[in-house]
Amino acid sequence: MLYREVGQYKTNYAADMALFPILQDRIGIAVILAIAFVLIPLSGNDFLLNAVMIPFLIFALAAIGLNLLTGYCGQLSLGTGAFMGVGAYACLKLTTFFPNVNIIVWIIASGFFSAAVGALFGLPSLRIKGFYLLVATLAAQFFLEWCFIRIPWLYNNVYSGNIVVPSRTLAGVPVTGPTATSLTRYLVVLSIVVIMTWVASNLVRGRIGRMWMAVRDMDLAAELIGIRLLRTKLLAFAVSSFYCGVAGAMLVFLWYGGAEPDVFNVDQSFISLFMVIIGGLGTMIGSFFGAALIYILPIALREVPAALGLPLYPATVEQLQFVIVGVLIIVFLVLEPNGLARLWQIGKQKLRVWPFPY
Amino acid sequence: MRLKHLALGLAVVMAVPAAVTAAQAENGIFLPQFTYRTGPFAGSGIPIGNGIHDYLTMLNERDGGIGGVKIISEECEDGYNTQRGVQCYDSVKDRHPVLVTPYSTGITEQLIPRAAVDKIPILSMAYGLSASADGTDFPWIFNAPDTYWDGASAFIRYAANKDGGFGKLKGKTIGLLYLDHPYGREPIPLLQALAKDYGFHLKLYPVPLSSMQSQSSEWLDIRRDRPEWLYIQGWGAMNPAAVQEAARNGFRMDHLVGVWWSGGDDDARPAGPGGKGYTTLDINNVGTNFPAIQDILKYVVNKGKSQTPKSQVGENLYDRAVLNAVLMVEPIRIAQKLTGKKEVTGADVRRGLEALNITEARWKELGLPNFAEPVHLTCSDHNGHSKIFVVKWNGTKWIKQPGSLEPIHSKVQPLIDAAAAQYVKAHAGWPKRTEPCQKSS
Amino acid sequence: MDILYQIFVGPFVQMATAPDLLVQTLWDGLVSGVLYALIALGFVLIFKASGVFNFAQGIMVVFAALTLIGLHQDGLPAFVALALTVVVMFVLAVGIERLMLRPLVNQSDFILFMATFGLTYFLIGFGQLVFGGNPKVMITSDLWLPSGAIQYTGLGGYVQFQKIDIAAVIITSIMVAVLAVFFQRTRIGRALRAVADSHQAALSVGISLEQIWVIVWFAAGVVALATGIMWGARSNVDFSLEIVALKALPVLILGGLTSIPGAIVGGLIIGVGEKLADFYWGPLMGGGIEGWFPYVLALVFLVFRPQGLFGERIIERI
Repeated sequence: MLYREVGQYKTNYAADMALFPILQDRIGIAVILAIAFVLIPLSGNDFLLNAVMIPFLIFALAAIGLNLLTGYCGQLSLGTGAFMGVGAYACLKLTTFFPNVNIIVWIIASGFFSAAVGALFGLPSLRIKGFYLLVATLAAQFFLEWCFIRIPWLYNNVYSGNIVVPSRTLAGVPVTGPTATSLTRYLVVLSIVVIMTWVASNLVRGRIGRMWMAVRDMDLAAELIGIRLLRTKLLAFAVSSFYCGVAGAMLVFLWYGGAEPDVFNVDQSFISLFMVIIGGLGTMIGSFFGAALIYILPIALREVPAALGLPLYPATVEQLQFVIVGVLIIVFLVLEPNGLARLWQIGKQKLRVWPFPY
Repeated sequence: MRLKHLALGLAVVMAVPAAVTAAQAENGIFLPQFTYRTGPFAGSGIPIGNGIHDYLTMLNERDGGIGGVKIISEECEDGYNTQRGVQCYDSVKDRHPVLVTPYSTGITEQLIPRAAVDKIPILSMAYGLSASADGTDFPWIFNAPDTYWDGASAFIRYAANKDGGFGKLKGKTIGLLYLDHPYGREPIPLLQALAKDYGFHLKLYPVPLSSMQSQSSEWLDIRRDRPEWLYIQGWGAMNPAAVQEAARNGFRMDHLVGVWWSGGDDDARPAGPGGKGYTTLDINNVGTNFPAIQDILKYVVNKGKSQTPKSQVGENLYDRAVLNAVLMVEPIRIAQKLTGKKEVTGADVRRGLEALNITEARWKELGLPNFAEPVHLTCSDHNGHSKIFVVKWNGTKWIKQPGSLEPIHSKVQPLIDAAAAQYVKAHAGWPKRTEPCQKSS
Repeated sequence: MDILYQIFVGPFVQMATAPDLLVQTLWDGLVSGVLYALIALGFVLIFKASGVFNFAQGIMVVFAALTLIGLHQDGLPAFVALALTVVVMFVLAVGIERLMLRPLVNQSDFILFMATFGLTYFLIGFGQLVFGGNPKVMITSDLWLPSGAIQYTGLGGYVQFQKIDIAAVIITSIMVAVLAVFFQRTRIGRALRAVADSHQAALSVGISLEQIWVIVWFAAGVVALATGIMWGARSNVDFSLEIVALKALPVLILGGLTSIPGAIVGGLIIGVGEKLADFYWGPLMGGGIEGWFPYVLALVFLVFRPQGLFGERIIERI
């Protein structure tokens, strides 16, 4: 009843091909954006902004990046963490060399470095497929991790080997560094994530996205119909790494405010892969769902015993949280192997005929 | 059905801040404790978590807290994961903790820029950023009683003492076996500087995180280079593996010296009798033979008010945690004296830390005679660079060796100054210290 | 020129001048290779029969070792504890089959792979709840495993063979031999290979998939137990031991995901290769290259043989 596209006529191609052709979707997006841009900042809760929303958005962006590669182009990768790291280190170098250029420009630009590295490590994907590729991308992960520790130039020769984030301002308001408020950082992160999500969802609907999907479904067949595998796969690696790189730069500059190389370890890669698979391969919204489930759920779970007044040791809670998250992952996969995004779709289908299902 | 679940989940998320504010109403001094009783570093995290918890509980039970105000200590489990640690910080910081002890170098470094903004002092006891010993640039960070550079220099002094003077080090080979991680790399600049001065050869043996358990290639290198002395800067599973490999390779155990974080009982125990003679630097004494620790047994452990198994009390890392707890509590006490308030704030405790002066007599008053060397902090020196103990493993437990080692201050201080300057330069716009110095009392 | 010398000549000069170190390096590489192979074996068993890339193998190693030590600490004699641990691994296998694999039958590889992550999380949490997170010492001597070393003097120095390493090599060889016989000669083994070839064809001739899965997961559990004992004897048993699973992955793809001999040969190549590289060429790059070298080595092999050395040939049809 509420969610029906009946009667919404399209009179030109542009309207038909719009990102959100259905009025209700447009309203929904507007509401979500309004909540994200207005309501959440108004709440002014520092914990919500800094410990929940900022990392959630950053991880969602990394998940989108990986989803472009794995969900749309069918190439498994466990190099996400390292590619995020490349973005972070590139951003650090850029802002060190050109401190006067706006930091947000550099956060975006660092994605290009990550894209180049990603494309380089994507080369073996031409020969290697499936789980073999998955393990092969670990070579990128471990090699880059080693570089982050071993090349002092990357972290400006700071003796502790950590990324040190300088204070940078945007129109006089500090964006990075200790004096930047979580509200500013949240708004910057949110804007970048919204714009990049919008770009990505248009990208996958166009020629490039279709090429990726053809390669994903069967690369031999795709090659036969004239898709150049080398270019397509490398492009997927590059674009995916671009997104991961920007996410990595934001992670360090807009969330952590400084990081040790260990932040970009293989766990980060695994977690991004979880988010993508649990959220739903080949869907944009799935990346957000996955990030929410994997990142926010444990935070929430940890607070449950305290909220209920259960006298449990924090360590026990942590262990229980592992057990519960583990079981939930399996349960979700059993209930809906295509990820949370599929649940969302089913929900929308149901809404269509609600309240009079046939 | 499913939507209902989602809604439930959302409700839980929303309820989180509410629950947090509810707990705030309680009166007392809020001292959160970040622990890692889970995860790959739990072996070191458990005794540390237990020690701090037990000492604070003991004060609550025996004295009714600090100066009559109850300590509200709450654990936040971070699994030695930086992300989780930052979350822990975010979840406690609105409840006005008077002091935060992250117990992880990674987490400490995340919190350093935030401390001055949130007005919460950070105590990273003998870990964290060595440069933060500089109180002028880091007014809110304290890393008493020693930096890794003090440790490494004390190791060289120890080696020189055993070999018969610094002159004897000339031409010898000294190795550093370290976790290939910022923490492990800390002693390198100091050892390099000393190598130049005293003419010994420094050999580096990095252990990647992924081969912590099997260090056979590193030990092959060690066999090739035949270092006279080997200094271990390890943590977690790297330590027991290193001690075992040393025993296997017939390395002279009394020439194997660990930094204080390589001195857990669980680090030496797996090597069995082969580990006898393994030496580590230490910043605290070991054992249960102190009135305060007897009080812990009496008021806390024997009454079942903690998770600590009785055999763990008195182990090296447990006693280290007691030392840490003392360094948390004493500044609060001083702050109470300075301000005349009972319930002090983070800013007061920061002043208390800068006025911290635990003399030998004070250690005795605390029921911990000879438990640690005197610790004296000042406005500009947030570390104290105390003397360093040496303990030796006798096959079943650590034995403190007589005497203690003076760090080579003339080498450590320039490094700290340079590192602090570098940190401030890298953090363009690092705030200048505005906090006035305490007049010495 | 100097750098070229260091790369192409220096290491070989070193090998020639100190043959004892070369032999020691090779032996150490061999032993690590055998241990990597042991972990890889657990992966291969499961992948072969059910197509599941079992990420939980690493945590199963820890879990099995902790169960063994935990039971022993509760007062059971070592060998009773060992037998009981085997029973626990069997129960675990049945549980995994019932609760995880059966509902997920016929799902894509990704999903099953992901499910083993869920299993990993579960076992991490559950293991710590039951056994605590503190490190434990492996009960080596109670299991009649030798300690100490045999020292052989000669070659201009000495070569040391740890008895536990020798035991590891022998035990692994026996396990591999038993598994090979089991797979080649017994009825169940044949059924297992049939399942590996085609689930549907196997079902149609009356092979019970459920039974086969329980058997392979159980076998992988036993392999995990052996791995846990061997690795645990080298340092501690604690949850960081899980990282060793990462060391087995390059072995796995180098040897081929479906081949038992592949896991062994791959393990040896990686083990010896990484030790030689780290010892002779590592210092040129500042050391610590052990972390990534095996992956790069495997990657190089893969570029020439995308299915691994012994993997089944990939035949693609449109």
